[in-house]
Amino acid sequence: MIVLAIPAAGWVLIVAVLLIVLALVYYLVSTIVALRSITSGLDEVIASVTEIVEKSAPVNDVVNAINKDLDAGVDMLEALLVKKAGMVDAVGLVDGLYPGAAAAGFRNFPESTKVEAPRISEVYTKGTLTLARLGREAPIAAANPAGPVLRNVEAGSLAARLLYPSVRHTAPPELPRSPVIGTDAPVQYEQRDDIGAPRKRLPASRTGGG
Amino acid sequence: MTLLWIGDAILIVVVLPIVIYLLAATLQAAKSIVPSVRSIAATAAAGSKDLDAAALLLTTQDQVSRTVAGVADYGGSLDVILDDAKEGR
Repeated sequence: MIVLAIPAAGWVLIVAVLLIVLALVYYLVSTIVALRSITSGLDEVIASVTEIVEKSAPVNDVVNAINKDLDAGVDMLEALLVKKAGMVDAVGLVDGLYPGAAAAGFRNFPESTKVEAPRISEVYTKGTLTLARLGREAPIAAANPAGPVLRNVEAGSLAARLLYPSVRHTAPPELPRSPVIGTDAPVQYEQRDDIGAPRKRLPASRTGGG
Repeated sequence: MTLLWIGDAILIVVVLPIVIYLLAATLQAAKSIVPSVRSIAATAAAGSKDLDAAALLLTTQDQVSRTVAGVADYGGSLDVILDDAKEGR
């Protein structure tokens, strides 16, 4: 009875409020679902980032240790090269292997940047330069200002073979061939009569002397 | 009674559309974040997987240390075998 007493405007009001509540429920639930999806995605991100942090934590120390070892090696090799070859020749050798490296100089020898790099071919003998080119292939051979590259790095071995004295390596037109034997041989030899015959007796002095 | 009808009209014509518009915009914004988060998660997972090789740096460190030690041995031998450069060079 009370319900029936509500006027039409009241029913419209109730319906309007219900519509608003339904809209709120629908959109808010959808938003909650989307936010839950975002939360789960962020959880995955956090887990992966945590892994990244854990895995990359020791990298800095390890890389620093590697750099320290390599620095020690470079220091030792530079010192040895300068000690054995002298500053001028050392700079020239490095510049010969790596053109332009003389400008940078040696790390532990600041005065090396002021040294005028000599041409490597003027410092070392031709044989040394040849061996260096053959052994080190690209840098010094490609940068040789005096002539073409001595070694074909893909297929060439002649330059290396020429270093050794050898008849075959100098490639004569044709070496003597091995003799041909058999019935079709170009040279036939007469059969020897003594082949297959009884062995001759040895002299009595040899047989009776024992 | 007239005021009640006016209130109903305002509720249906003004309030309800505004509420729906605001909620729809919020939902759209929330849904637009989801693919970005999934992409970030995939990228972070791939980055973490790429760092699996970081453990090999310990092996690299050991190899470098041994190599430098070997080079040092060779250098010491060369120091003994080869004469020093002449003074003034």
